[in-house]
Amino acid sequence: MIWRALFGRLCISVVTLFVVSVLIFIGTNLLPGDVAQILLGQMATPDSLAALQAKLGMDQAAHVRYFMWLRDVATGDLGFSKAGLGAGNATPIVQIIEPRIFNTLQLTSMVAVIAIPVALFLGLLAAMHPGTRLDRTITFSTLNLISVPDFLVATFLVLVFAVYLGWLPSIAYLRGDETGWGLIRALAMPTLTLMIIVSAQIIRMTRATVLNVMSSPYVEMAILKGVPRRRIILRHALLNAIGPIVNVIALNLAWLVGGVVIVEQIFAYPGLAKLMIDAVLVRDLPLVQACAMIFCASYVVLIFIADMASILSNPRLRYPK
Amino acid sequence: MSETQKSMNPSRQFDELPDAPPKRKIRLSWAGKIGIAVLVFWAIMVVIGPSIAPYHEAEFLEESLFIVPGSDEKYPDTDFQPPSRIVLLGSDYMGRDTLSRILFGARTTIGISFIATILAYLIGVTLGIAAAVGYRFEYRGFTIIELDTVLSRLNDALLSIPSIMLGLVMIAALGSTIPLLIFLTGIIYAASVFRIARSLGQEVMVSDFVEAARVRGEGLWWIITREILPNVAMPLATDFGLRFVWVILFISALSFLGLGVQPPMSDWGSMVKENLPGLIYGSVAPLIPSLAIATLTISVNMIVDDISAQTGGKLAKRMIS
Repeated sequence: MIWRALFGRLCISVVTLFVVSVLIFIGTNLLPGDVAQILLGQMATPDSLAALQAKLGMDQAAHVRYFMWLRDVATGDLGFSKAGLGAGNATPIVQIIEPRIFNTLQLTSMVAVIAIPVALFLGLLAAMHPGTRLDRTITFSTLNLISVPDFLVATFLVLVFAVYLGWLPSIAYLRGDETGWGLIRALAMPTLTLMIIVSAQIIRMTRATVLNVMSSPYVEMAILKGVPRRRIILRHALLNAIGPIVNVIALNLAWLVGGVVIVEQIFAYPGLAKLMIDAVLVRDLPLVQACAMIFCASYVVLIFIADMASILSNPRLRYPK
Repeated sequence: MSETQKSMNPSRQFDELPDAPPKRKIRLSWAGKIGIAVLVFWAIMVVIGPSIAPYHEAEFLEESLFIVPGSDEKYPDTDFQPPSRIVLLGSDYMGRDTLSRILFGARTTIGISFIATILAYLIGVTLGIAAAVGYRFEYRGFTIIELDTVLSRLNDALLSIPSIMLGLVMIAALGSTIPLLIFLTGIIYAASVFRIARSLGQEVMVSDFVEAARVRGEGLWWIITREILPNVAMPLATDFGLRFVWVILFISALSFLGLGVQPPMSDWGSMVKENLPGLIYGSVAPLIPSLAIATLTISVNMIVDDISAQTGGKLAKRMIS
């Protein structure tokens, strides 16, 4: 039975991914006029235009082009970047993207490894002492943190750590040959910024989840029969909150997608998000398409993991109505 | 029941029915009051800001303003000046008055965000309620399209794309103008408004009083305007505040990436971006617009938090303390 629920959820994810790919395709093909014309710019002669159109498959109908694109993406061929396409020495997008993905993964995994335990601890701490000064401090500061723009956190940290204290570099440019200490120094500022942004959300959601479990009848029973609060939280509430908390973590990792866009831009970090923004600025649509597809796919996968966690932890969700 | 209430209702027909519970009065805590004060301040600034600004948003400050008496420096720098009596909040990277640009930018940032949120609500609530009441397109008595099914599937797909990705793809395709920005943001956030409006509407639709109205023979329009809308208004109003915050953050993030409001118009997000290079000299120019955004978003969140703390979640608090 549980396999059926998981399989159903997997199907939904695949369908979602399909719809997302259609939306991205439509989005990047909305451009009035001809992409080939824009790519060639002043070099457009009728001959070169026709040649490029044929090369891009532009002479086909829209739905044919969509499936051609989908087939290429599925086989790992992301096409060519606009840069240099007209001149004949086009760069395959896969080549551009590969090192960038590695950099972004490096940053996000570092954030995840540090932020998640810290945030879970603080969230639990707040939930264990509700209404106390500690809880109010944590709740109030996380509320403020989630409502300020991500770049405020980043600029503030740069002012403090890079300008006044001079401990860390203000940009996180990677040459590619950093090792050990140098790499940690370069990654410190973006990691710290993302950590603060993500943990604020995890803390709030963990606290809410545990408090929610705490208001359930079996916890009331435990309170009434006189079990110490510490034991209630660790033995009764926490075990039941694990599923929802995994859900929270996966959701927040998915939200990292948004945060990473801002943070990579501020610190000039050579990751996938920075690549995508640069592509948007010069309207390199094939590259935008490829990056958007990667981000959306990882988002869908993380949401899928989040849903799986709640299905596995809550038997009632295993039998879809 | 008091005498005054009785005299106000001389023609009561259903004396045996219980009275409706008294309307809950919302008392704001000090945090909520501060929030209201800040919100009112910015609302006033949207109206009168540009007329009380000491300079125009695109006006360069005169070098003569910065000549220190007694020094022979005839042409001092005007850019990235620290706050002083001449420029209350310092000057920006091109030697323009930051205070004036903040005041002008208030109109742009808050105005665009507000219109976009209204648009999102118009679309989201209309479609959400239409889906909730089970609107369907019929042809000769056969249902061809059930609005709820179609919209919900489309909505799931829209919600499974990170909003910043959707924004980036659309802007890459269509460019960035203010009407487009408002439209784009409206559509993106209509998706989440739709979901809330639909579920709230469905809750009301299955209630006894709607059933009673139907039995009485009231039309669909009457039910929507007299029964559903008044009952979903309050939760939607709270949600409007939160959504407004997200929209401000979203538009500021786009402007920060250089893809939102374009220069020479001043907007808080783009002000952070253009002054970012000043950060390494310790200039506060990028910090001030981020703080302006933060005051606005934090105050809205504090009000919303205050209201929702009073209208719900009381039970959980009582049980665990």
